[in-house]
Amino acid sequence: MSEVTAFLTDSTLCIGCKACEVACKEWNEISADGFDWSGNSYDNTGGLGHSTWRHVKFIENGAIPGRGGNSPGKFAWEFSSDVCKHCGNAGCLEACPTGAIVRTEFGGVYIQPDVCNGCGYCVPSCPFGVVERNEDDGRAFKCTFCYDRQKAGLQPACATACPTESIKFGKLDNLRVEAQLRLAELRQKGLTDAQLYDPQETSVAGIHAFFIVRGDPRAYNLPPKPEVPTIYLRSAWKSAAATAAVVLGTVLLTFLGAKGR
Amino acid sequence: MSDTTQDLGAAQIPPDPRELRLQEIRRRAETEVFPSPQKAPSVLQLPTASGETGYYGTPLLKSPGWKAEIPLYFFVGGAAGAAAIIGSIAKLTGAEPRLARDARYLAAIGGAISPALLVSDLGMPSRFLNMLRVFKLQSPMSVGSWTLMAFSSSTAAAAILDTAKQRSKLFGPLRIIESASHFVSALTGSVLSTYTGVLIGATAIPVWNENARLLPFHFATSGMAAATSMLELRGHNSPALNSLGILSSAAETVVGASIELRKHPALRPLKSGRSGWLTRLGGVLSGPLPLLLRLLAFSGDQKRDTNLRKVAAASTVAGSLVTRFAWTQAGAASAADPRIPLQLREAKAAIEKHQAPAIPTKLEKTVKAD
Repeated sequence: MSEVTAFLTDSTLCIGCKACEVACKEWNEISADGFDWSGNSYDNTGGLGHSTWRHVKFIENGAIPGRGGNSPGKFAWEFSSDVCKHCGNAGCLEACPTGAIVRTEFGGVYIQPDVCNGCGYCVPSCPFGVVERNEDDGRAFKCTFCYDRQKAGLQPACATACPTESIKFGKLDNLRVEAQLRLAELRQKGLTDAQLYDPQETSVAGIHAFFIVRGDPRAYNLPPKPEVPTIYLRSAWKSAAATAAVVLGTVLLTFLGAKGR
Repeated sequence: MSDTTQDLGAAQIPPDPRELRLQEIRRRAETEVFPSPQKAPSVLQLPTASGETGYYGTPLLKSPGWKAEIPLYFFVGGAAGAAAIIGSIAKLTGAEPRLARDARYLAAIGGAISPALLVSDLGMPSRFLNMLRVFKLQSPMSVGSWTLMAFSSSTAAAAILDTAKQRSKLFGPLRIIESASHFVSALTGSVLSTYTGVLIGATAIPVWNENARLLPFHFATSGMAAATSMLELRGHNSPALNSLGILSSAAETVVGASIELRKHPALRPLKSGRSGWLTRLGGVLSGPLPLLLRLLAFSGDQKRDTNLRKVAAASTVAGSLVTRFAWTQAGAASAADPRIPLQLREAKAAIEKHQAPAIPTKLEKTVKAD
């Protein structure tokens, strides 16, 4: 087994050019998803979905001194390229009833399009809202972590196209170290609000695509406590078993009682 | 600039109004359109992404996008599973054979419709057999698919052998198969009527996983209520069915009350909006209303009592159906609301509407007011 690979997306280097979105669409031959103005800064992509596997977020939140470029009075404006997190413990993978979703030798989570039958159960099982069903044939799609390119020894299309190396690709362990070094560097430069988003203490058990962001990760739609839905299985099945026993017992007693009358 | 004009000896010529207009535009651009940072938030009410609003209030999670087939399946499968339990236990306890047989047929019909409903909602129905490629205990969808397979086949076998038995005596091995099919049918039926609660409970959707414990019980009682009511509507006036009707409508009343009383913000879609009203409608139709009608049906007036029970039964069946649609819609509403997964504070207008507020058109007026 090869070593586990990962993405480190450094938002402090992102310039919002959307080259990653374009490169991803071109390499993976994903269909266009319409042309619509969102009104949310320059983000007219909206969010990750079946036809959007990289999504550049434009975080605009009023004037915060020092966050708006060179002028202290300018609006704070940050960019961040979102992607499937390839969770260490992936909700979609656990939920998939056909075995279409697998973990690759690179540690990524991959949906085999020739096995998926479009039941849609992986969609509500993703704590990051990444997977989505395609309207055409109803199958689920998401970032493949460029499994084909990785197989050929290449790095994913988005990382290759990124002009500022905001999207870094490499071995998981190396990138985690690199993230800490970069964070220390940023803090030293005075960017004290920079932080690493990599929830390792929750049930998703770490993600293979982590982010350096400034300020509150919630402004980037990054949930503070993502959980794998399998954590609810135990109590739900216990309740189901207890219910089944109660129902069987009640029906039996009711019929016996009615007979005795 | 005015110095230059004077130098050229054109002081008497009035400045060109268009030139003055340019000066005016420049002055306003410097002072008003790009105001000082202190003024900025009150002037430009642009949509924002922050720790209070999330990412412009856009949804974080996604709903499965199931069509009507899935809530319909929750209803049909739940009732079929409960009917199988009634059929097998009625036979076991030696109750009226006609009741046992009708319950068996009801279960068999439901067991035939259910896979059809599930397959038609698949993106690729031609690949429905992929469900049986693997068995995954950690995937309720996988457990459910296998359960439904076992249920449909055992219930169909029980129904067919039951019919065959009426015509001629079954010989040895077939008698064993018949008994086994009744047993398997009741057992898988009890899984079938509960697992759908586990299925939606073990997801990332807040309104569902917050009720992961309640849902299997809720769906099972709703299914039991629907099955007994359907048999009553078929013409069975059995005291056992009536008792089951009373018990399940009482249980549904308690479930409805517990949802209303719990204050968790994740339950919002069950109390407000379209999904909230559907939940309440389904709750009343399957809980207090039939319970009241059934309790009133002990007057001793045979005809009146039977009619009251039939009305209660019809209400219960409708309530069970509405309840499944309500939970599906509540899930979609919950997925669209980023407040729970992002742990945002309450009441942000931008999130309520899922739309960015419009950019104010009266920019000039606001500036002057300042």
